[in-house]
Amino acid sequence: MAFVRLEQTALAYPTRDGDVLALDNADLAIQAGEFTAVVGPSGCGKSTLMRLVTGLRRPTRGHVIVDGREVVGPLKFVGMAFQNATLLPWRTVLDNLLLPLEIVEPHRSNLRRRRREYVAKAEHLLETVGLARFGRKYPWELSGGMQQRVSLCRALIHEPKLLMLDEPFAALDAFTREELWCVLRDLWQEQRFTVILVTHDLREATFLADSIHVMSARPGRILHRHEIDLPRPRDLEICYDQRFVDIVHTLRQQIKGVRQR
Amino acid sequence: MTRTWWIERLAPWVFTLGLFLVWEVSCHVFDVPRFVLPPPSLVFQEMWYFRSAIWNNSLVTLWTTLAGFFMAVVFGLILGIAVGWSRTIYAALYPVMVGFNAIPKVAVVPILVLWFGIGEVPAILTAFLISFFPIVVNVATGLATMEPEMEDVLRALGAKKMDIMLKVGIPRSLPYFFASLKVAITLAFVGSVVSETVAANRGIGHMLLAAQANFEVPLVFGGLIALAVLGIGMYAIFAVLERRMTGWAFRSGLNNA
Repeated sequence: MAFVRLEQTALAYPTRDGDVLALDNADLAIQAGEFTAVVGPSGCGKSTLMRLVTGLRRPTRGHVIVDGREVVGPLKFVGMAFQNATLLPWRTVLDNLLLPLEIVEPHRSNLRRRRREYVAKAEHLLETVGLARFGRKYPWELSGGMQQRVSLCRALIHEPKLLMLDEPFAALDAFTREELWCVLRDLWQEQRFTVILVTHDLREATFLADSIHVMSARPGRILHRHEIDLPRPRDLEICYDQRFVDIVHTLRQQIKGVRQR
Repeated sequence: MTRTWWIERLAPWVFTLGLFLVWEVSCHVFDVPRFVLPPPSLVFQEMWYFRSAIWNNSLVTLWTTLAGFFMAVVFGLILGIAVGWSRTIYAALYPVMVGFNAIPKVAVVPILVLWFGIGEVPAILTAFLISFFPIVVNVATGLATMEPEMEDVLRALGAKKMDIMLKVGIPRSLPYFFASLKVAITLAFVGSVVSETVAANRGIGHMLLAAQANFEVPLVFGGLIALAVLGIGMYAIFAVLERRMTGWAFRSGLNNA
């Protein structure tokens, strides 16, 4: 039984010129613990897909099922990270990390009693992403790459079963981006949460994911699903492997085809 | 300390002194009659002579201004949060608020006098009416410019509207709020003095009017200087408070918040 399932899902936005179909007849099945990537031309409704799965928007047609239940309102356990780190500048890095615990139950009720434990957990998480001893700093004292690491940590602090990433590394330089691929890879390898990564970086998708979904131009449909069976754990060197290059090439061709249609 | 530091420190004093100097010299050179523009030396002399009157009336004006201002802070915060909270409340209240703000407050004073009689109440209420608007607008703006992504992050964790407001919206709008206080306190002075010149028996505004009626022109200018000093003092207090409370906003810039 899939952990996340979309069945014939469609979403239309009302605009002044009538309804615009952002997503049409999308079918998707993601297993628990699977790392999936969604790629497609820009404006194909990738972000819409994110909002549907998390319940921030209701579909116009079809079903969204997460963890065996139909999604009717915002889910209450999803970790999210975006292209902007969206950290709160008046909170230290550590306090930014604790923010989800101030909201998600049961942590919310336990926060006062178990604060010390939570702080230790946040500090451990910071250490695993290479930011040990940065807890007392403010976000604006950190570089863009460091902020994005903190944003990842914030998305994971409450050990969510589902992690939604919307182009989280798009604003970073190439070297920092590859570094963060590895950070995410290691975190996932260790905790095995389910990930939906929306990206337009085909190498990023191929390097990180178990499966890749290719979407069509608007209205978005899911056209292909690729299983990426490159061996794990993967090293950055794999990006120069012939099989890796072939996968990226195939994806590239498919998206090119979609854009020209 | 470096030279530039000293120059920057001294610049406002030098400029202000220079201004008074130009005023003094022009009065003598162009032989301006005293009842048109008295030289500052005479104004200060007169201020010293009437020091107890100026002091007492200043205290009255200060009290009415602050009373009106604090009413504006409380009311402005509540209304600003309400307007920033929901688009419906925003849509409902905004036209009325803008219209209300457009009415010159001096035109409202006669009505206040009609209701509350001559004295401090109209001055307090005028100060309140004139200074709450910038607070409302700024607090509402601070809430409205919250990034949608931040809201998504919290909603996907099961946050209620109240959580989002307390954790993000309100702290985020604090710099806007404190910035508006500097504007509001200066406006509150305008309000209370305007009201005092129309209908009061105490306060700087009333003193100005009485001095003018008696042709005590130097005292009129003395009153103006007293008002300026009070205004600068209040502004400085709130500027320091702003820095203290929301230093992070000066360093980070809200845009990449």
